[in-house]
Amino acid sequence: MNEMIEAELGRCVASWVPGATGVGGAEKLSGGASQETWSFDILHPDGNIGAILRRAPPGYGASPSRAAGLDAEATLMQLAHAAGLPSPEVMGVLQPQDQLGIGFVMRRIAGETIARKILRDAQFAGARPLLARRLGEVAAGIHGLDAAKLPELRTMSATKEIADLEREYRGFNWPRPVFELALRWLRERDPGQSDEVTLVHGDFRHGNLIIGPDGLRAVLDWELAHLGDPMEDLGWICVNSWRFGEIDKPVGGFGSREELFAGYEAAGRKVDPDRVMFWEVMGTLRWGVMCCGMMQRFRAGPDHSMERAMIGRRSSETEIDLLRLLAPRA
Amino acid sequence: MQDEPTPGELIKAVADFLRNEIAPVIKGHNAFKLRVGINALDLVTRQLALQPASDAAETARLRQLLGADGSLVELNLALSERIAKGEVDLQTPELSNHLWQTTMDKLAVDQPNYASYKREFENKNG
Repeated sequence: MNEMIEAELGRCVASWVPGATGVGGAEKLSGGASQETWSFDILHPDGNIGAILRRAPPGYGASPSRAAGLDAEATLMQLAHAAGLPSPEVMGVLQPQDQLGIGFVMRRIAGETIARKILRDAQFAGARPLLARRLGEVAAGIHGLDAAKLPELRTMSATKEIADLEREYRGFNWPRPVFELALRWLRERDPGQSDEVTLVHGDFRHGNLIIGPDGLRAVLDWELAHLGDPMEDLGWICVNSWRFGEIDKPVGGFGSREELFAGYEAAGRKVDPDRVMFWEVMGTLRWGVMCCGMMQRFRAGPDHSMERAMIGRRSSETEIDLLRLLAPRA
Repeated sequence: MQDEPTPGELIKAVADFLRNEIAPVIKGHNAFKLRVGINALDLVTRQLALQPASDAAETARLRQLLGADGSLVELNLALSERIAKGEVDLQTPELSNHLWQTTMDKLAVDQPNYASYKREFENKNG
């Protein structure tokens, strides 16, 4: 398998990096049937270059309905990189004649994405106090990308998001009074479409952030990018599920909302804290619904894994977090 | 009547064996999977021990709150419907108390190490 992908990539590599002589060290990082991520080295006389391939293999063109699509992801990463945001350089977009499927090749960036290591390892101790403010700046940069240059993306609103979550939850056919309470709370406060509609990253949280001892190195995974309320990204990064035990540091377990907002506003954009809180509630419910979805897929197969099954039992974590947000105890 | 040991005792014995004897000698991705498996067995042990009392208490609260009877799922469906329609909300004094108690009982089985649960547990009992 690895030799095969190395040979396939080797045929095309010179079109991405002039003078490249081949490919080595291919390793599959993740992948379901429809989407794969590979790490490999581009061999070059001037020094090898670490690279990442993100692709839907041939025959798997269609993306799930919420996904932006790999072509759009590549365009967004190029725009972010060109705007000076921490985003890997896209070296090549797969062409039909490459026969590698749909996707792109980007520069590999060294660093850590695992939250527990970022929050606990000594090597990140210097970076942690700076991250919340930095994430605010970077979110502002993402939201400020030139709308005229963006690829075609779905447009979301709070109203649509509530309806999507409700439909998915009802489909599980399993009563959850706390989710009902959250849905009701969201419907009653639904602000409709925001005055300003911008690019929203859509999954701005641990796992999609490469962190080094020097701080944030890259924002990854634009799969859920869309147009909508920019406050959504700020709410999602505050969801308790991404604090990994550091519950008094709402931004990813490493910082405060105030720091996040200060970074955002220093970059020239306005924060609406009420809306951020609204999206934090929405995000908490969304993660809860996603956990229930894992359980459904576990039951339906073919992924009959313990991991999936146990994630189903994490939806109650979002229930206690929703109660802490909506019905705090004295 | 089935004989002893109970399912809870059997599962705990298996989980302890895997944790103490097998986990130390397994490496890589299978070590991760084994940890998930041991967590699952521990969860089942907790559920077998705690569910009878928590289900009974939840049923009693729901009967009181709804003024109706039925199975636990039926009662939860009825409560869900009332919340969705806005017939009960957090202004209803017993609702918040019921949801908190029910959720704490779920976390005691699912994830007693979850930080939000530990915080709420300490606030209530510490």
